[in-house]
Amino acid sequence: MPETVSAVHTTKIPPISLSRRVTDRVMTGLAVLTVFIVLAPLIAIFGYLVYRGIGSISWAFLTHMPKPVGEPGGGMANAIVGSLMILGIASIIGVPFGIGAGIYLSEFGRNRMGSVIRFTADVLNGVPSIVIGIVGYAIVVLYQHHFSALAGGVALSIMMVPTICRTTEEMLLLVPQALREAAYGLGVPRWRTTLSIVLRTATSGVITGIMLAFARIAGETAPLLFTTLGNQFWNLRYDQPTAALPLQIYVYANSAYDDWHRQAWAGSFVLIVLIVTSVAAVRYVVRRGTLGGTA
Amino acid sequence: MANPAFPRPDMPGPQPVAAAKVTADAAESKPLLRASGGESGDRVFQSAITACGLAVLGVLGLIVYELVRRSTLSWHAFGFKFFSSSEWDPVNEQFGALPFVYGTLVSSLVALVIAVPLSLGVAVFTTEMCPKRLRGPLSFFVELLAAIPSVIYGLWAIFVLVPLLSQYVQPFLASTLGWTGLFSGPPYGIGMLAAGIILAIMIIPIISSIAREVLQVVPQHQREAVLALGATRWEMIRLGVLRNARAGIVGGIILGLGRALGETMAVTMVIGNRPEISKSLFAPGYTMASVLANEFSEATGDTYLSALIEIGLALFLVTIIVNALARLMVWTVTRGQPTRGNA
Repeated sequence: MPETVSAVHTTKIPPISLSRRVTDRVMTGLAVLTVFIVLAPLIAIFGYLVYRGIGSISWAFLTHMPKPVGEPGGGMANAIVGSLMILGIASIIGVPFGIGAGIYLSEFGRNRMGSVIRFTADVLNGVPSIVIGIVGYAIVVLYQHHFSALAGGVALSIMMVPTICRTTEEMLLLVPQALREAAYGLGVPRWRTTLSIVLRTATSGVITGIMLAFARIAGETAPLLFTTLGNQFWNLRYDQPTAALPLQIYVYANSAYDDWHRQAWAGSFVLIVLIVTSVAAVRYVVRRGTLGGTA
Repeated sequence: MANPAFPRPDMPGPQPVAAAKVTADAAESKPLLRASGGESGDRVFQSAITACGLAVLGVLGLIVYELVRRSTLSWHAFGFKFFSSSEWDPVNEQFGALPFVYGTLVSSLVALVIAVPLSLGVAVFTTEMCPKRLRGPLSFFVELLAAIPSVIYGLWAIFVLVPLLSQYVQPFLASTLGWTGLFSGPPYGIGMLAAGIILAIMIIPIISSIAREVLQVVPQHQREAVLALGATRWEMIRLGVLRNARAGIVGGIILGLGRALGETMAVTMVIGNRPEISKSLFAPGYTMASVLANEFSEATGDTYLSALIEIGLALFLVTIIVNALARLMVWTVTRGQPTRGNA
């Protein structure tokens, strides 16, 4: 810009024109405004959730079964237990595969195959959850001939793998190469090095990844709609239709009864508390150093 | 080590023997370093771990295989007409998915129109303008939005957003922008507009967190160079930062689009679920994901189920393409560093 150069030469810098200053101010103001607009729904959602949730939650809600339509009272005990069961099945399947795939990417995946798998995991992360539900239906429900907790667990485990895989990889890559070399230098075989040195050093980070994946699937509803289906009664068997908290919230929210709306809010509150405490508890355990690592 | 199978007569004999003796000594004196399980253990370990890695590919393959296999019936029955016909009549087994495709596209577009400027504003504010102390908490709060389950968004939308829309926002829009035809009809609250707004709230964390990461990798000297030319802060952001991060920002937007296209629960709860095509955003609609959510478990008849799975396949293919494109664009900017936006 010739003007600027001459300005520097004469050491007389022309003042910034009014329109440019105004634009600067306006854009700054707009940016601040967007922050407020974005934070407003967040505060509204959390505020409303706490307000309606605490107002509706009770001991009966946590320990009682759902009442038939029209009768007030009752709770979601079966849905809470069912949710924990489905999440347990999903974690049993998803966590080992996710960690294994993460180890592969960080320790053996510095090649073309690794890039392909890394990209696939990222893409898999974006597959709509309802489509994963169809797959759960196709590979489990159709063979068992009825809806089941297992089918829901399988569908959710598919959603866990990409998240765990990518965070595990990130965390293992943070472990210094010198640690691996030191272990090899002592004659420790590679598998032992990877499991007892590398994975152990990165434990806290890997667990954080698992909790992220857990928090993500804990509230998932779409993949459960036609895999676990929901159930008004107790069920502790893996091969039977099972109630789940998000499903119950969905059904109650769409109903026409005030009492069920109230229960939907209470259920949402329990769900959020479940998600937040599971993440916070693990963070706490990790920080206390029992599982401490460098990550 | 010399191979005993090929003895070389001109060399002194003891060499290979001595070497063997040394290793034997080492094994005897240090029993802790036994090689047992080392090599075979490594082989087992590596194959197990590779199997886990390949399982990721396998899962994607399985999804494609199942969706294609189970939708062939509908594909043979309707062909391309499936996506151009708007007749959805399970009783007479006539299936056309156009209203769902339309609903998915329009609700996602509305979401993008609302979410893109807001998320860019937040990203720019957190990286370029806000005091360092605020930066951490602010991005934490915005990303907290991503942790709320979709069904809770839906619940909130039904009881808070929809009444708000029908009482205040929709009458206002109808009286000011009604002439466009986009905002006409009875203000029920439930409909395409509500779905678009709730989707926007849900994709803002994705777009803004990726935009923030991309803005952060723009080198500091780019900013300094533009400032040294006498630019104001906004000009610095526009010329020095946003222009350099363009590809990554677009990638983040597309990633948000991918999420919006496949989002199910919240949309199903507020869009009205009627397979109609209407110009007005106040009218109810239906999306590909919500028709699956509503009708899949009650689908009677093979053709009906197959038609629904074909919708699932179409949704899957579109989101795969959109996501792959987005990842590639983000990767070109962050140079393959893993992005943390959980789509």
